[in-house]
Amino acid sequence: MTPLLQVKDVAKMYGARIGCTDVSFDLYPGEVMGIVGESGSGKSTLLNCLAGHLAPDRGEVVFDTRAEGPVDTVTMSEPARRMLGRTDWAFVHQHARDGLRMSVSAGGNIGERLMAVGDRHYGDIRARAADWLGRVEISDARIDDRPSAFSGGMQQRLQIARNLVTGPRLVFMDEPTGGLDVSVQARLLDLVRGLVREMGLSAIIVTHDLAVVRLLADRLMVMKDGHVVETGLTDQVLDDPQHGYTQLLVSSVLQV
Amino acid sequence: MIELQNVSKSFTLHNQGSAVIPVMEGATLSVKPGECVGLIGASGAGKSTLMRLIYGNYLAASGSIMVGDTDVAQAEPREILALRRETLGYVSQFLRVVPRVPALDVVAEPLLSVGTPIEEAREKAAVLLEGLNIPERLWSLSPTTFSGGEQQRVNIARGFAYDYPALLLDEPTASLDAQNRATVLGLIEGAKARGAAIVGIFHDEAAREQVCDRFVDVSAFTPRAAA
Amino acid sequence: MSDYNFAYLDEQTKRMIRRAILKGLAVPGYQVPFASREMPMPYGWGTGGVQVSAATLTPEDTFKVIDQGADDTTNAVSIRKFFERTAGVATTEETEKASVIQTRHRIPEAELTEDQILVYQVPIPEPLRFLEPRETETRKMHALQEYGLMHVKLYEDISQHGAIATSYAYPVKVSDRYVMDPSPIPKFDNPKMEMAAIQLFGAGREQRIYAVPPYTSVVSLDFEDYPFEASKADHPCDLCAAEDSYLDEVILDDAGNRMFVCSDTDYCRSRREAGHVGRLGEEAAA
Repeated sequence: MTPLLQVKDVAKMYGARIGCTDVSFDLYPGEVMGIVGESGSGKSTLLNCLAGHLAPDRGEVVFDTRAEGPVDTVTMSEPARRMLGRTDWAFVHQHARDGLRMSVSAGGNIGERLMAVGDRHYGDIRARAADWLGRVEISDARIDDRPSAFSGGMQQRLQIARNLVTGPRLVFMDEPTGGLDVSVQARLLDLVRGLVREMGLSAIIVTHDLAVVRLLADRLMVMKDGHVVETGLTDQVLDDPQHGYTQLLVSSVLQV
Repeated sequence: MIELQNVSKSFTLHNQGSAVIPVMEGATLSVKPGECVGLIGASGAGKSTLMRLIYGNYLAASGSIMVGDTDVAQAEPREILALRRETLGYVSQFLRVVPRVPALDVVAEPLLSVGTPIEEAREKAAVLLEGLNIPERLWSLSPTTFSGGEQQRVNIARGFAYDYPALLLDEPTASLDAQNRATVLGLIEGAKARGAAIVGIFHDEAAREQVCDRFVDVSAFTPRAAA
Repeated sequence: MSDYNFAYLDEQTKRMIRRAILKGLAVPGYQVPFASREMPMPYGWGTGGVQVSAATLTPEDTFKVIDQGADDTTNAVSIRKFFERTAGVATTEETEKASVIQTRHRIPEAELTEDQILVYQVPIPEPLRFLEPRETETRKMHALQEYGLMHVKLYEDISQHGAIATSYAYPVKVSDRYVMDPSPIPKFDNPKMEMAAIQLFGAGREQRIYAVPPYTSVVSLDFEDYPFEASKADHPCDLCAAEDSYLDEVILDDAGNRMFVCSDTDYCRSRREAGHVGRLGEEAAA
């Protein structure tokens, strides 16, 4: 089986400071990988390098494209990379307002990616938007409301619908449950897990919440100061951490 | 089906002066299809540690842990994930699920992850929950709100939803009443009959005698240095 | 003649603008940045169009200015006077006689010819602006032909109004490449943009010039199930009885009486002179 994403020795520097360095891993179809680490550990920098939002200084990010098989997305043309960003890739931002058009209705938000890939039938676009609202548990009566009228949890679910409507194969998530109430988080986690399973999605989830990765991620990567200090099965890394930093991280979690 | 050769395990506590604590040494074990092996030994002797090593939850320091064709001690994460999905089941004492997911779907999930259609998976889940006397009105609720005994039974139902060729059972009959205990023992015997290789920890002696074909005392694997 | 350089602007500035115009014609629909000058009139009064006209006019030209189709509004009169004074060119109100026509918000009803140039005044040249405020991003979207967002605007229209309610500044795709704002002309005029004349667009405040060469395809964006319609008020002109012209609605009194008249005053006048009479035409003449 070909990995969906092959990351080879990716590094990003901010001047003399290390953003992230020496990062290599393979992600296979259907796998969910978590990246954890404290603020400033380089996990968001890495995610942005992988998703094409930042140009890494070194390394390859090889994605198994539908048309041409594995292609290095770092060196591919910008139009092709942006096309990936609208079709096979999705990016869920921590703050929904970074990922939504707040002045456009929920239906328009979901429909945008469809229209971006050439869908030109209003009725079809609207039907698919309504379907996706249902899948993220938002009443289709809200289809013409703007996201500014939605709660934080609904905005986040809308962002997910907007991203998944084109049936992407790889989803990047940056702290997707950050800033949400605990009960809303649970609902979102459940939703994401269901979608991952039904659509066979692969996902890379950056978070500092170990409980979130335990429930969502199959595999875990622990970062510190721009370096990957430990990788492995999520439950193995959390229950039998090998690296001192991971041990500290795991033991620092408050129990409820 | 399950073959352990000379497995050792130690914990290194980096944040406590890098103390190295050896907890297991020379663990060797073989379980054939249709066989149930009971782990015995005093509390703290390493029964659960051995189970976790087999499941890949703990990283073995040395030795090999073959489950089917996979060496858990060496395998890539995705190979272990595939193993857990298709070959190796684990009924732990604790239920760890996404809050808000209904009990019925919690039980059906192992079936869904191997591609069973959702209706079929739910049907099987319903049969198991019914057999374990979880009242139907609870099926649509999240097990996180259930009592300890109910959670334990949901966990068992989940562990038996899919017919794993190999099973790890950690105290499956603890805190069950007589009727449910009998049901669980029936499930274990059923699994044996279809050829599952089982490793179990049973404090309940009668249950142990009923389902286990032989016993392995894990005290034999306790590192001498530490003793 | 006055002490102004011909057509107000200095020669270097006109050359700079002409280069922008030529570039615009070479890449139809592409917004060419140019160094817009201060003009002796406020932004919003057609400073972009005036600069393009100034760079386009020659002493032999005949100049016409319309504002919402009319030759006699303040805006049209003052721009016409401006070039009469600074360029000394002939002016006319008759579409057929003009060689350069500066317009705000309309395309004349009479079909334009290869000898004519139509100069549009443009307030906001970027059709994607209302949905994407970042200029860096909109330029990239044009460069990569990422125009899905334009349809989001039309989608929003239909979802809110049941039909595409955008009735002016209706976005078009030029020569199957660039999406362009046709300036706030009514969408009734959109089909006329595939014409024989040269069309130049000037946005003074936003410092952009763009162009549509003669006989270039100009397609109004739409949905398969909500096709583009060049709509107008469903009336004949009350003065000249024209069925095919864009109409203004005029309230006549407090009792709710109203009339519809051609917005193109020259078109209406020429029809009435040719003997066409509308519902209220006799009274108006009387």
